[in-house]
Amino acid sequence: MAKSKEAMVDISASPRIHTYDRVYVWQLPVRNYHWINAICMVLLIPTGYIIGNPQAVFSANEPYQQYWFGIVRFTHFASAFVFFFNLLFRVYWAFVGNRFSRWNNYVLLKKEQWRKLIEVVTVDILQLRLTRVMGRGHNPLAALSYFALFLLSIFQVVTGFALYAGMSTWWLPKLFTWVVPLMGGDMAVRQWHHLAMWGFIIFTIFHVYIVFYHDYVEGRGTTSAMISGWEFERKDDV
Amino acid sequence: MSGRSPTIWQAMQAKGYTRRDFLQFCTVAATLSGIQLSGLGKVVHAFETKSRPPVVWLHFQECTCCSESFIRSSHPIVADILLDYLSLDYTETLQAAAGHQAEKSYHDTITKYPGQYILLVEGSVPMKDDGIYCMIGGRSSEEILREAAKDAAAVIAWGSCASNGCIQSAKPNPTNATPIHKIISKPVINVPGCPPIADVMTGVVAHLLVFGRAPELDSQGRPKEFYSKRVHDTCYRRPFYDAGLFVESWDDDAARQGYCLYKMGCRGPTTYNACSVTKWNGGVSYPIQSGHGCIGCSEAGFWDNGPFYQHLPAFPGFGIESTADTIGAVAGAAALGGVAAHLVLTNVRKRKLINIDTKVPASEVPQNKEGGDQ
Repeated sequence: MAKSKEAMVDISASPRIHTYDRVYVWQLPVRNYHWINAICMVLLIPTGYIIGNPQAVFSANEPYQQYWFGIVRFTHFASAFVFFFNLLFRVYWAFVGNRFSRWNNYVLLKKEQWRKLIEVVTVDILQLRLTRVMGRGHNPLAALSYFALFLLSIFQVVTGFALYAGMSTWWLPKLFTWVVPLMGGDMAVRQWHHLAMWGFIIFTIFHVYIVFYHDYVEGRGTTSAMISGWEFERKDDV
Repeated sequence: MSGRSPTIWQAMQAKGYTRRDFLQFCTVAATLSGIQLSGLGKVVHAFETKSRPPVVWLHFQECTCCSESFIRSSHPIVADILLDYLSLDYTETLQAAAGHQAEKSYHDTITKYPGQYILLVEGSVPMKDDGIYCMIGGRSSEEILREAAKDAAAVIAWGSCASNGCIQSAKPNPTNATPIHKIISKPVINVPGCPPIADVMTGVVAHLLVFGRAPELDSQGRPKEFYSKRVHDTCYRRPFYDAGLFVESWDDDAARQGYCLYKMGCRGPTTYNACSVTKWNGGVSYPIQSGHGCIGCSEAGFWDNGPFYQHLPAFPGFGIESTADTIGAVAGAAALGGVAAHLVLTNVRKRKLINIDTKVPASEVPQNKEGGDQ
């Protein structure tokens, strides 16, 4: 690199030409999973919050004139079922999908993954080294956060079904009735289910930010890859 | 030593009841057990032929509100027959006998009728310090419970104390008050509530008498016929809930309108009991009908899920006012702050990397051909 005193020239009008490889990373089922999951979370979090803390918005009306809280709850339950089956599908895809979507991306069993994880933390999070960590698919830190989200989702599904079982006649929610005595009553289950919601909110903050960060710093289509499936890899980077 | 007690009909005759009283009792018992009229003949036949089960009612760490509730059953003929005349051989609070006499009555029952007597337990058992916090006749309640439960035909845990520990097991549980199903290995019929509804209590006993076996129980050992629905699901204020009409404070117009008490911390949605169907005091009312939210008295650990007037319980370790939302909002704000700080850091530290294709040192101006940057 040049000495610090040297004048900087704006070359954006005649940019340097790079050659990119187009790498197909996210298969259609993975992208479908991602966006269905995102939509479910966008529906589940506000409806869940409203269920926990409803606002008195139509208090002048008689109950037979409205059903808004029922609709909020229905939305929550319906999207929860979609969320659950979508999650099941993703688990299946973790065993049959391409190498970027396989389970061993998310469960860090190899030493190499942990080495890379430390590298990502030093370069991207703490920014102690001013290079870029390039790789295809998830980096180990991202993968770890998705594994945490997976565990959180399982927890939310289990506690959610446990709360739902009391008003359901279907065997599926009834499978989770054991959770209630285990956690010490419906009140405790509600408490943990509510607290876990904040886990999803905080995950979303980090996730959206870090995707934008990668796109911003690396400029290789991290964001659009979840729409198109393709990531760009600069030949001179690899 | 084992003997056979008289049938229920014989026992009633001996006490001077008429045939009419007996049939009335059969009808109420059948109704409480959920048997339709055509099955009445079988109930009558059962009570004419089955021997009356002796009953031992033990009192440990409790306030006797279960007994008080029981004797106020809205079908007094059932309570009378079960409690006063028929079969109650030992109960500390109601028996005439005292001292050695009472102890003898207890011992006679459990030794003469092994596998026949019904054991009713009111109150939890303190397990700390060898159980010295509840001693009866010089023996710890744990010892008495184990002895009495050994040959019991059925064990019923009356109330929240015996079912889940109630107030004396609330944190920090100084005497290690323990519900009885955690002590004995036999199946226990839990009838929680502080107290349980009188009609639920008589219903459970009637079921035992009519069918000779325990009613169907849920995952927490509670009879499904009374504890399978939440107070909320059968509450007459439920339409206000679905319509989103809530009481916001105790003196607002919504409270006068009788709207849903959900936001006032009503535990109806998390409490399994028959209050809103059976109601109390002979079907007069129940807490929500009287304008107060349910406090969830039949749920395990309800004393630790306070404050009662708050929808979400306080989160332990974060002060009394902290709920899951307080903690979540603080963590969420911290996450946003961290992200914002990182964004600034990135723009400062990685400026060169970000601007790599827009600004370069003069000596490195590319000649519009493929070139590297590192």
